[in-house]
Amino acid sequence: MNRTLRIAVAGTVALGTLYALLVAILWVPEIQVNLPQQVALNLEQSGIAHPITAVLLNFRSYDTLLEIAVLLVAVVTGLALRERDALTASTEQARDPMLHALTRRLLPLLLITSVYILWSGSYAPGGAFQAGALVAAAGVIARLAGYDIASRADVLLRLGLALGFILFLTVAVSAMLGGRPFLNYPEGWAGSLIFLIEAVLTFSIGLTLISLFVHAPGDSSPRGGADDD
Amino acid sequence: MTIDLWYAAVGAVIVALSVFAFLTSKHLMKKLLAFNIMGSGVFLIMVGLPQHQHGVDPVPQALVLTGIVVAVSATALALVLLRRYVRAGGNPAP
Repeated sequence: MNRTLRIAVAGTVALGTLYALLVAILWVPEIQVNLPQQVALNLEQSGIAHPITAVLLNFRSYDTLLEIAVLLVAVVTGLALRERDALTASTEQARDPMLHALTRRLLPLLLITSVYILWSGSYAPGGAFQAGALVAAAGVIARLAGYDIASRADVLLRLGLALGFILFLTVAVSAMLGGRPFLNYPEGWAGSLIFLIEAVLTFSIGLTLISLFVHAPGDSSPRGGADDD
Repeated sequence: MTIDLWYAAVGAVIVALSVFAFLTSKHLMKKLLAFNIMGSGVFLIMVGLPQHQHGVDPVPQALVLTGIVVAVSATALALVLLRRYVRAGGNPAP
């Protein structure tokens, strides 16, 4: 297909998408259920003072559980695609003293900030995902500066990757032993259990993102492809 | 037209633009970027539209937060696949 025709077709499809979306947005039917009100009414029972964390880990914790499962599948696929020689390569090039000094000052700061964000998730914006992203950023910076953390402990790495999902699933299933439904926290324990899950999730999410970065195949491409436009 | 409906409309424009970029660009990296930005447009619609009706709504915000994490890890996986493909001799811009 030549270029003009492709642009014309793509433009038509894009304009059609825009029209359909705008119609759907502007003439949206009135929603009968007032979700913010329901969340506010049930917030006290959730054991968490912040509505978004309460939704994430109590009211709709099934989504979060499956999300961790998706992350685990992604990182397992990423690890399956790694190259054996990619780990030892290109650690020598990062012997920049400035980068080292900056990394050594930046890493503790990033980790402390991530712990603070994890802790503040129970009463303010924050939580496991943001904290996990900060942990991952710390790991990426350490990797760029030449520290090779993730590839040293292979068995521990795999355990750490799966730990968040395992713990979440254990808590979810153990509710069924007491005769309660799946993913239902026991009375009075919800707050502590949610914080425990969040702490382990932070660790696992950070480790997942780090190992997807670290175990990516090297960047020395045999040939780069040029785009047509 | 409130400001929240405006967010949703801008999200729709972003989705349409990235559909165009996804269909026109040949390079796989550009397709991945376009797909990613399409996801951002969807997130913008998802947060903006419920706010228009009932004020700040924690449920879609939590769903979007979940979606962002999944999108980040899926993008990372796509990049790993793309790099592996290029290193195996594949052409990223067929």
